[in-house]
Amino acid sequence: MNRSGNGLAFRMLSLAIIRGFVRDRASVFFAIVFPLMFLVLFGGLLGNQTQSKVDMIQVGDVSFIDQMPKDARAAFEQTFEITRSDDLADAIAQVKKGDADVAVEMQGDTLLAHYTQTDQVKAAVTQGVLQAFVDGTNVALSGKPPTYRLDAVQVEDDSLKTIQYVTPGLLGWAVAMSASFGAAATLNGWRNSKLLRRLQLSPVPTGTLVGARVAVTVGIALTQLAIFLGLGAAFFGLRLTGAWMASIPLLVVGTLCFMAIGLLSGAVAKTTEGAVNMANFIVLPMSFLSGSFFPLDVTPQWLQNLAHVLPLFWLNNGMLDVMVRGEPATAVLLPMAVLAAFAVVVTALAAKLFRWETT
Amino acid sequence: MTNSGGPAIEVVDLAKAYGDSRNLVRAVDGVTFSVAEGEFFGILGPNGAGKTTTLEMIEGLRKPDAGTITLLGQSPWPRNPAVLPRIGVQLQSTAFFDRLTAREQIRTMASLYGVQPAVADEWLERVGLADKADTRVWDLSGGQAQRLSIACALVHDPEVVFLDEPTAALDPQARRNLWELLSGLTDSGRTVVLTTHYMDEAEVLCDRVAIVDHGRLLQLDSPANLVRGLDAPTRISVSPGQLTADEARAVPGVDDVDADAGSITLRTREPARVLTALAEQQHLAGISVQTGTLEDVFLSLTGREYRA
Repeated sequence: MNRSGNGLAFRMLSLAIIRGFVRDRASVFFAIVFPLMFLVLFGGLLGNQTQSKVDMIQVGDVSFIDQMPKDARAAFEQTFEITRSDDLADAIAQVKKGDADVAVEMQGDTLLAHYTQTDQVKAAVTQGVLQAFVDGTNVALSGKPPTYRLDAVQVEDDSLKTIQYVTPGLLGWAVAMSASFGAAATLNGWRNSKLLRRLQLSPVPTGTLVGARVAVTVGIALTQLAIFLGLGAAFFGLRLTGAWMASIPLLVVGTLCFMAIGLLSGAVAKTTEGAVNMANFIVLPMSFLSGSFFPLDVTPQWLQNLAHVLPLFWLNNGMLDVMVRGEPATAVLLPMAVLAAFAVVVTALAAKLFRWETT
Repeated sequence: MTNSGGPAIEVVDLAKAYGDSRNLVRAVDGVTFSVAEGEFFGILGPNGAGKTTTLEMIEGLRKPDAGTITLLGQSPWPRNPAVLPRIGVQLQSTAFFDRLTAREQIRTMASLYGVQPAVADEWLERVGLADKADTRVWDLSGGQAQRLSIACALVHDPEVVFLDEPTAALDPQARRNLWELLSGLTDSGRTVVLTTHYMDEAEVLCDRVAIVDHGRLLQLDSPANLVRGLDAPTRISVSPGQLTADEARAVPGVDDVDADAGSITLRTREPARVLTALAEQQHLAGISVQTGTLEDVFLSLTGREYRA
């Protein structure tokens, strides 16, 4: 076949595969909509969650609070939501049940706080803030200016928001899913319908056929990238760091790697459903262990070590490095090499296990 | 043309077995035949006779265990890109791209051969699917899907077309409609190789028929010659009441008579003589004459009833 004929075949094959994808609601849902739902959930809802106020029950007269200067009182109420009560036993019972966080009473000059350790953050906030106000009041009453001063400057800016580490991980998971499912379903479905045989009997070179399938899958992955980064930046406060463009070649190699995993599933499974299920069985646990849904820093060290054998870890980590951690573009080189090695080995394994006949 | 003058296909001592030594299935067992250019060639046999395996080896999909195949002057195995544009293939199942319409399907297939979309659209018209162009392939009826599949095999105007049981799983009406399309395929000098397990189909369509069973070629000839060589008796049936069984036996040339409630059947090897006698005796009411069929040929070759 001449060059122009081959170009026509490549275009038409790509178009046929794109149409097959876009017209399959389930595959569009799992490639785009489903991961976006997680992005909205993690980035939009959980990410914007602020620490709620500490519920305080004031039992009887507490001069320390009641006689607070106005501006101090305003600052105090930023932390505490105060309700009044005259029944100490009832107030403590409420704290025990978790309906309130702390009950305060005055015994002479002593401020007595009854709190629970159930919510450790609120317990710490309660102790710290009350201590600070007591110390501050003591200093003020002494009439001397304080010797030391604390200036607290908040270092955390938008770049540490949940959305920052959630976006690359979820994107990695989304690409892993659509690339592996697509390859698994194509290989298995085309074999079972004999389309693969039919294509083998046409003069189109294998390279053109594989090239069209790879081009479409890479195109879908880059579309996922654009949608994730676009929505993340527009609605959830995602801020990309300088070398984020380096994530594009990384994502392309990652797509090839997960296509290879899909090919392996498609080669081993007898039915198309079985092939997609097998790909899912590989990708979903890998996503959890590779930090797609939560940062790996919170997991035990052995798990973090284990993650290094998973290709999705390298994809996620590489994207985190250049997208949000501010690493230079060279940070994607090692992940790309690891993913490419995975792709080669797994594709070779798939080719070895592939059988034309399924019975 | 690399094979000018020679046969389109030449198969010599072809053999293929599946399974291991304990459970060996000889799917094709020493088959030899050749197909001339422009011939409509049929491979006829029951399911499991080795038809599809034979076809797939000739197409170049499978490697023969033994024997040689020459397709358009060349070897089809291993995958031979020089031969592929010159052959058209319709596989047993309908091998389509998912979720494409009939038009998108044939245009994609055409593109694999460097054929422009406009030519593909013409083929849709020629197989009578112009009004189904925008229908998804999964929503086509069985007959429509087969027409599309055949159109996809022909879209690059190949010299040799392989059709593997194109009418299997179709209702009788759809089969007969498809025969019209198939019988015209050799008009332009094209060679057609068709497998079927329908006797009547092979009789109607094929110039020559290879009868295969258990991987062996039993007989190869034109349908008419096969039947003639069979020396089967002609069956002449008349309405009951026209004549009694005894009167029928008395007709000159009659070998045997079967009488049942529905009809009286005379068997003869001299049909002309019997028919003349019946005409003289005015016994022609409700008469039907049945000569031998490929079914009789199969019965005489294998000693068992033909079951598709």
